[in-house]
Formats: sequence, structure tokens, C-alpha cells
Amino acid sequence: MNFSYLLDPAHWDLAAPGSIPNLIISHLGYTALALLCGAVIALPVGLWIGHTGKGSFIAINAGNAGRSLPTLGLLMLMVTLLGLGLLPVLIALTVLVIPPILTSSYAGMRNLDHRVVDAARGMGMRPWQVLARVELPMALPVMLSGFRNAALQVVATATVAAAVGLGGLGRLLIDGLAVNDYSRVLAGAIVVAALAVLVDLFLALIQRLIVSPGLKGS
Amino acid sequence: MIQYLTNNSEIVWQALQEHLYLALVPILLGFAISLPLGYLAVRFDWLYHPLINTFGVLYSIPSLALFVFLPVILGTKVLSPINVVVALTIYTVALLARTVADGLRAVDPVVVQAATAMGYRRSRRLIDVELPIALPVILAGLRVATVSNISLVSVGSLIGIGGLGQLFTRGFQLFYLEPILIGVILSVLLAGIADLIIVLVQRAITPWTRAA
Amino acid sequence: MKRIVAAVAMALTLTACGADSDPLADEPAASGAAGGSVTVGSANFPESQLLAEIYSQALEAKGVTVTRKFNIGAREVYLKALQDGSISLLPEYNGALLAALSPNGVPAGVSSPDAVLAELKKVLPAGTEVLAQSSAEDKDTLTVSAETATKNNLKTIEDLKAVAPTLIAGGGPEFTERQQGLKGLKEVYGVEFKEYKPLDPGGPLTVNALKDGDIQVANLFSTDSSIVTNKFVTLEDPKNLFTSQNVIPLIRTEANNATVTGALDAVSGKLTTENLTSYLAQVQVDKKDIAVVAKAFLSENGLS
Repeated sequence: MNFSYLLDPAHWDLAAPGSIPNLIISHLGYTALALLCGAVIALPVGLWIGHTGKGSFIAINAGNAGRSLPTLGLLMLMVTLLGLGLLPVLIALTVLVIPPILTSSYAGMRNLDHRVVDAARGMGMRPWQVLARVELPMALPVMLSGFRNAALQVVATATVAAAVGLGGLGRLLIDGLAVNDYSRVLAGAIVVAALAVLVDLFLALIQRLIVSPGLKGS
Repeated sequence: MIQYLTNNSEIVWQALQEHLYLALVPILLGFAISLPLGYLAVRFDWLYHPLINTFGVLYSIPSLALFVFLPVILGTKVLSPINVVVALTIYTVALLARTVADGLRAVDPVVVQAATAMGYRRSRRLIDVELPIALPVILAGLRVATVSNISLVSVGSLIGIGGLGQLFTRGFQLFYLEPILIGVILSVLLAGIADLIIVLVQRAITPWTRAA
Repeated sequence: MKRIVAAVAMALTLTACGADSDPLADEPAASGAAGGSVTVGSANFPESQLLAEIYSQALEAKGVTVTRKFNIGAREVYLKALQDGSISLLPEYNGALLAALSPNGVPAGVSSPDAVLAELKKVLPAGTEVLAQSSAEDKDTLTVSAETATKNNLKTIEDLKAVAPTLIAGGGPEFTERQQGLKGLKEVYGVEFKEYKPLDPGGPLTVNALKDGDIQVANLFSTDSSIVTNKFVTLEDPKNLFTSQNVIPLIRTEANNATVTGALDAVSGKLTTENLTSYLAQVQVDKKDIAVVAKAFLSENGLS
């Protein structure tokens, strides 16, 4: 277990291109973009399907279908079709992210305590108000748990971007492998795992802040 | 594309076999290990959080790194498929142990009490009552783990092992669409079939859930 | 409970079925064939795989049992596999291998095929040996687009020295640490680039990046037909940093025998830079299958 690459301060210099902080930044960039695109696509769809109950077949099975696409293969496919760049990586990672977000937003909406929704209607709330003030907040714990799950997966998988010449912490893995520098590969593994834990803790904090204390958060 | 398949049927078939083996063995091993581990996490409450957190960290270690490091840790040869099998088993356990624990925890305590009142001892209660009730949750986790493994095997192609992943990398080196497309499609098909099999097995062994 | 046991039993039986026809036999099966058995490996670029396939088929034609483990990775990785016995034979390039095995770099003045071979034999890892080398060569090159060459008046690598700090280079990730790579370029030619983008070793990512202008200098391999197709300009190497690069089989001594040596020497005798380039083009451009092209090479040269 050779930690020399990880402990060398030169590799932590923000000014040096290809240093660990820069790789972390590009890695988080891919992660955030993918999560954003995935959420924009999957959240409304999942919430709608959960709210209306129509098309639940899609929600339940899109999850597993999307998960079965091998990210590396999808990425290579996209690069061959679209050329080098950020877009293929974004597409491949977004595809990865959509299933957990879709499934959990559907599940969150579907498994609400409907007595509470009835009570809200009984109180005279309009459908929009019921959705925004009751259903969404109640679905939040499950939705956020799905989001955290998705985030964890993306952080671990965004390492593939390096296989097609881009940045991110995968660079440490791929380059380390190519030049037979195990300490570099080890550094990559440790930093990715640490980053995943940090991202998860960060999202847990957000969850604590925005989920109503009246709900048993997951 | 069909032409590529017919011209290279041997390579594709071999890749498929290798892929199946590398994905399924970890599933079975992982399942076997997760059951007792998940149970322990429930039986000894103080174990739950440390175990879950450890697994969370393990799961976030990038697969390529694990494939590269296991020869160093295990003393296996660099190209040995055992590295992939062990790595994927670790991921499977990381995923499934938590599912098993959560599934067992979610069993209605009223039912457990009733079973105890009926005279069930701990071990029989586990096997005859708690486990069957937790089965849907556990099998759902198994589905996720299986599909996920089938996808992860192809990452091994970056070091020369990797079943269908070999189709991706070779196609990519030549900027040749067909093998990549075939590799992706076959991988998806494989995952779909495996998923279906688990769903059917689930239907067969938990008939009471269909009544709902 | 019974159902669970049944399901588990079913699953175990299925694995047992799979285990019979184990497609992943780690050790080559003990063979009764006269030529013994060999595990052939290759690097992660098409020419290496083509050569490995040619070796494999030539050996099989003489009754040797061959297991193929292609597409392993860069030299740094597959040499380890050779040393731990995972593979026993692979196609190499004498100069590049010499540079890789010489911690202090290739000795000065050593650049002709015979000189390189003589030096190489001195530094081979224990338990390995090289067979006869062929006249076919595939060298690392620094290649630029036609525009970059005209704009900066580039003919040789020496001409790069002045403009390199304004140029971005690209190629395989391993190029950064190699003597026959960025390290040597700096020491021997004083060439240091503004940036180096790790892409793929002489592969489509690098070629396309050069075409699109994302990089101005690429590490391509001399037999790559895309150099001609895209009218790229290969810079000359007057100080012979990249030495000779004759194709040569590297084999574990324990896997070698008269049949193996005979078959491979015959192949090396027939390989030339011209025919290697044209067969490689069939793989890279026509997208023909490597096994088919290898077979064509062997039959056209009376080796099958």
C-alpha cells in the first residue's frame, strides 16, 4: 500500500493542471451536471406518475431497464457517435442517474399516507395546494434518499470519463494504470471513496434541513 | 450489424459466457454472505450502523481500482478473473447486506411476537417467518445487485478481462460502431433476462404477495 | 421454507453447470500436443492484437495449443502479466522494450536494429527470451497536421523546440513517463509542450483530436494509415530518440521449444513494414476482423 502519490503535496497544488484538487473539481462538475439533468428529466415524470397513478408500469420498470445499460459501453457508444467532449459523458451519466430518481420520486408520491391527503382536501385545499403543501413535503424523505443513492452512484461511476480522454478522478486510475504507478491508482480510489462519503454527508445535511421535522426522515 | 454478429459469432459467444460467469458467481457468493451478515446487523443492534457505513464506503470504491488492487492484496495473478469475481462479490455484499438487514427490520413486530407466542424458537422463527416476509425486499435488492454486476463486469475490459466489455474496447480502438452496439445490446438483454428470472422465482416462492 | 431451499438448490445447480465448461481456465490445459501450449497476450492497440493473432494462428498451424488473452493494456501492465506467468508470449518492439527495461535509458549510440537487439538481450527479465526479429518496424512518432507543419516550418523534432511551449500534445497516458516519450523529448531535444492530453495510444481519440485541432502534436504509430489519409506530417527524428522498433516475439523460456521457435521465426521472416502497414489498414480502415486478416497474411505467405 503505497501512499506516496496521495501524500505528495505537489499533487495537491490547485494551480497545477491535473492536480488532485483540479480533478476533484471536474469530477464534481460531471456529477452535479448529471444529477441536475437527471433530476430535471426524472423528477417531474416520477412525481406525476406517482400523483396520478397512471403509467406506473413505466416508473417501476424504467428503473431496472436504465440500470442495465453498461455505463462504460454507453459512453464509448456516445463518443463514437458524437465525438470527444462533455456531451457523451453527460448523456451516459444522466442515463445512470434517471432510474433511481424516477423510482424514488414515484415511490415517494405513491406511498403517502392518503388519510393526510384526504384531510387536506377536507380542509378545503385546492389540488395545487395539496400537491405543493402536503404531498411533496411528505414525499421528500423517500425522494431525497433516492437522490442520495443516485449521487453516490454517479460519484463512483464518473471515473469512466477518463477512459475517453476527459478529466475527473478517473484520470488517476487510468493514467496510474498506464504507467504502472500503483500509488496513483490507490490515491484515485481513496479520493473517490472519500468524496462519495462527503457528498453523501452533505446531502444528508440538506435532507435534515428541508424535510419537515414532523416526518420521520429516513 | 447482423453481419458483424455472424462473422464473429465465436468471439461474441465466448465473451457472453465469460460475462455470465463473472457476473453470476459474485451474485451467488454475495447473496450467501449477505444473509448471515444482514441478520447479524439486525440481531445485534449496535452492529447496524457501523456495518452500513462500512458498506457504503466499500460501494463507492471505483471498480477499476478494486480490479487493479486485488492482485496485490490477494496475491492472485494480474489477469486472473478471480480479481473481478472478488471485487463484484464485495459490491454485492455491500448492497445486499443492507437490504437483508432493512428487510428483516421491516417485518411487523406483531407478527414476530405472534410467532414467538406460538412457540417458535429464534432460529426457526427466522427461517419460517421473518425471512419469508422479508423476501420481497431482499429479492428487490437482489435484482438491483444482479443488474448492477452485469454492468460492472464490462469495466474489467479496461484491463483485458471483461466479457462483453471486450466488444466495447475493441470497437472503440477502431472507432467501429457495430461491436460497441452489439456489446451494449447484449449486456442489456442479459440484464433483462436475469432480472426476469429473479422476478419469476420471486413469484414462485412468495405466492402470498400475489394476493395483495 | 421448502420453496427457498428449492430456489437455492436450483441456483447452485446452474452454477455447477457453468463451472463444467469453465471458459476462464486460468492455467492453460495440460496438453499432449507436440508443440506444448502457449498463452498469447497483446497490448491495447489494434496492431499489437493483429500481430498476436498472427503469432497465435501460426502456432496453431503447427499443432501448438494457444490461449488468447488480448487487449491487456500498456506495456507497463502486460509485462507484469508476462512475469507472473499469466501470459507466455507477446509481440514486442525491440527499441521500445529496451527503453522500458533500461532504467537509465537506452545507451548512447545504440539505434540500429542489430545494436538494439544486442543491448536488449542483456536486459531481459529472468525467465524470458526473444526470438528472431523481423524487418518490419512500427515506431512512435510525433505527428502534426499539415497546417501546423507549414505554419511553424516543422520538418524534424528539433524544429519543435522553439514552438512546443505554445502547442498541446496528445497520445496514450503512458507516453508521459517514458524515455521514448515526454521524458526523452525533454532530455534529448529540449522539447516541452504547453500541455499533454492523455487520450489513447495511437488510437482514434488521438487521431480525431489532431484532426479537430484539440491537440497540435500527436503521438501516433508509424504504420497508422490515418497519417496518410489525413495528410498529417510525421516529424523526423534525427537524434534517433525512438531508435529502431523491429517487431520481435518476447516469450517465457519455459513455453519455448523448437516448434514454437520455428513457427515464429518463419512469421518474422515474412513480416515487412510495408505488408504490416497494409494489413493493419485492412483492420483499421476496412474494419475487417483481425482473425480474418491474420489468416490472409499467413496464407499469402505460405505459413498456414
